[in-house]
Amino acid sequence: MTVLRWKFRLLPFALLTLLMALPVGAQNAGPQVVNIYSARHYGAMEAAFTAFTEATGIEVRLSQGSAQSILERLRAEGDQTIADVYFTIDAGGLSLAAEEGLLQPIESEILDAAIPADMRDPENRWFAVSQRIRTIVYNPNAVDPTELSTYEQLADPMWNGRLCLRPATHIYTISLVGSLIADLGEESAENVVAGWVANNPHYIDSDTRILETIAAGGCDVGLTNHYYLASELDQDPGFPVKLFWANQGEDERGAFRNVSGVGVTAAALNRENAVRLIEWMATDGQAADVTGIPGGNYEYPVNPDAELNPIIEAFGDFKIDPLPLSHYGQYQEQAVALLERTGYGF
Amino acid sequence: MSIVTRSLTTITKPVAPAITGRGIRVSWRIPLLPVLIAGLISLPILLLAAELLTPKLDLWAQLWSTVLPRMLGNTLLLMAGVGAGTLIIGTGLAWLVTMYQFPGCAFFDRALLLPLAMPAFIMGFIFMSLFDYAGPVQTAWRALFGRSAPFPDIHSGGGAIIVMTLVLYPYVYMLARSAFREQAGVTLEAARALGCGRKRAFWRIAIPMARPSLAAGAALALMEAMTDFATVRFFSFPTISEGVVRLWEGRMDRVAATELASLLMIVALALLVVERQLRGRARYHQQGGSGRRPVRAALKGQSKWGAFAVCALVLFAAFVLPIGQLVLWAVHEINGHVPGTWETVYGQYVGNSFALAGIAAVLTVGLALLLAHSARIWKSRFVHGLTRIGTMGYALPGSVIAAGVLLTIAPVDHTLHEWLGTGLLLTGSVVGLMYAYVVRFLAVAHKSVESSLDKVKPSMDEAARTLGARPWDVLRRIQAPLVANGVLAALILVFVDVMKELPATLLLRPFGLDTLGVWAYMLAAESFWQAASIPALTIVAVGLIPVILLMRTGDRA
Repeated sequence: MTVLRWKFRLLPFALLTLLMALPVGAQNAGPQVVNIYSARHYGAMEAAFTAFTEATGIEVRLSQGSAQSILERLRAEGDQTIADVYFTIDAGGLSLAAEEGLLQPIESEILDAAIPADMRDPENRWFAVSQRIRTIVYNPNAVDPTELSTYEQLADPMWNGRLCLRPATHIYTISLVGSLIADLGEESAENVVAGWVANNPHYIDSDTRILETIAAGGCDVGLTNHYYLASELDQDPGFPVKLFWANQGEDERGAFRNVSGVGVTAAALNRENAVRLIEWMATDGQAADVTGIPGGNYEYPVNPDAELNPIIEAFGDFKIDPLPLSHYGQYQEQAVALLERTGYGF
Repeated sequence: MSIVTRSLTTITKPVAPAITGRGIRVSWRIPLLPVLIAGLISLPILLLAAELLTPKLDLWAQLWSTVLPRMLGNTLLLMAGVGAGTLIIGTGLAWLVTMYQFPGCAFFDRALLLPLAMPAFIMGFIFMSLFDYAGPVQTAWRALFGRSAPFPDIHSGGGAIIVMTLVLYPYVYMLARSAFREQAGVTLEAARALGCGRKRAFWRIAIPMARPSLAAGAALALMEAMTDFATVRFFSFPTISEGVVRLWEGRMDRVAATELASLLMIVALALLVVERQLRGRARYHQQGGSGRRPVRAALKGQSKWGAFAVCALVLFAAFVLPIGQLVLWAVHEINGHVPGTWETVYGQYVGNSFALAGIAAVLTVGLALLLAHSARIWKSRFVHGLTRIGTMGYALPGSVIAAGVLLTIAPVDHTLHEWLGTGLLLTGSVVGLMYAYVVRFLAVAHKSVESSLDKVKPSMDEAARTLGARPWDVLRRIQAPLVANGVLAALILVFVDVMKELPATLLLRPFGLDTLGVWAYMLAAESFWQAASIPALTIVAVGLIPVILLMRTGDRA
């Protein structure tokens, strides 16, 4: 009887100990580790991180979430975070995190040499590691490329019922609209977005599915990141969707670029390992095959010495909107509000 | 704690001085445990309700002028659609398999429960991939009937309603079936003997008598539909639940998410009230007891095959098709897979999911036992009321509970940090998530535990004691075996519900604790369906355990 009662009394403590032990498990590790909050999705990096671990013996631990949620988590956790590295898919998030003091400056000769100045924070709190272009894709059977020109032109009524767009909730849409605000001013940007909305686009919350829908004839034109098309073409070289670099005219600003990039958190417990990871990402990790951060995902490298994946090399040269990456963050809130005002789908 | 051990061993009279092995003790005057548990469970709900008393008006104005009307309309439409859909399919199938003899009717009788194992969001992305414009069904359709052949747009409320109806109809089916069985033996036969045809008996007797069961089944289905955010997101049909998750997770705006969650809570509580009203106090009982299986009427000719086709179609669409697609994807993924991808993380996510579900199950069932025991000791209205409060979490969507839990523990965290510098002790760990699981699933555990405790009559204890058994023997040899099955069932049910839970897990999970559900959802959201199939199949496989148990005990119910 007494024994039993004791057991019952101990039970909650045992449970509590278990509960406390769980989150700590991610923290104290014998071997060398680096903890990452990542907004990059599965499948695109595992091989690259395996290569990093083989090269350095440092184990990579990943917690994934949407771009917004990992930033929010970093904010909430502040100096208590167990993330060493913040790895996101949008320059806006990087500059916001840096401005809020969540990232620390890194002085590294390797990084200075590998990453051009416009591909990192002026104070070295974050570094881009790959570039992605959000541009126009189209079905060549339904669209003559001479009909295409700019993001703004997709607001023309000629595209009524022919557009496939990603919903307003996704960071890709928010960033692109943010760049419209930066380049055109809020009023003109709103007119453009309202024009897209007036064209009754199909909202599909997946770039891959947008491409497949265009291929099947469900839409004629869409906006996607370039590497989704590269990935389709890798699986099927005859994939019937073509890429069009937007805003390439002489007086045009160029196609909208975003980056995925990394920073070391202000509270990083494994700072050394975090720096080694970023240095690796900027050098060996720039490979054009699956062992590289850009290569595994068909993105453009940031290191000028790195080679291009042959599939994206075939997309040809193009002009990039020179909007500084560190400016992206300041337009996000405006972009979200603008999307809501115009009734853009979600 | 001592209340439990005491009641387990020596329940003699409620609230009277309890006799233990070592003498007489006077019970506490206040039912402390049930008050504590009910308090713990209701605190998040009350704090969320308090938010409504201090509405942030500009925020509401902004929500109202943008997304809120559409979300509210979609939520109501979804509930109406899923309510009607599950009632029609669930009741119709239950009537068919109970009253008629047709090919495979014994098989369908049980197999039609199988879709219960499938979380709605998994069904959602499978149907999306199969039926959207680029999917195989529409592609074949266009090949057959030409490019401009019309096909309904699956990116719609209709798509979401169909998918949810297919996975949720078993709640109505299960309860309607046992109601019909109970009636069928005597009442319906009496009606038939008095010259009432089967159709007339259905409308005039079976349905009115089964009303409480139908209302309960439909309410369960609607609660599930309301907690979902992922399926409606796949189908571009944003509801309030989706809005809470979006504002919280996508917009980093916990304040707005909390406001919206409090609105959703009102909708959920309204549903609970409607259900109670529909169920009413009415308990229809037939004369002569149940137990006799109804005589099934043999169907002939066309109607025989019609009945077969209806059952087969539902089972195919709701179970065979999605499972087949998942297996197909999984085989492709495993065959054509790049080394260093899913297998490097699979074990970790399975471990996380099982650990979370296991701890949550033990914790929840433990609390349910305490609550049920207390209710036995204090047979008072007050404690009964507390039990009702403690088990209302099941009606609330996961996102609502997550918002309430955060409102509850964030100040505690803050205070602890100021005193002891503990950082995010609660919100940063699994404590918050566990809290949410307990709030949400205590009702599931309680129901199962309570009914098994009811089998232990005080007279049994007394008899055993009279025959010379010591209190420990009574517990070990009489009570424990009687309660064990119920406790085991409760553990399994909570375990599986946690495995399938998505919104609260997504919102409250601490670093590094991604689960199978979160993994599957994130892959599916990016259209990596093939990769998502592996965690999805794992969840469905675990979900099948209680369904199979249910199928085996179904005949006795």
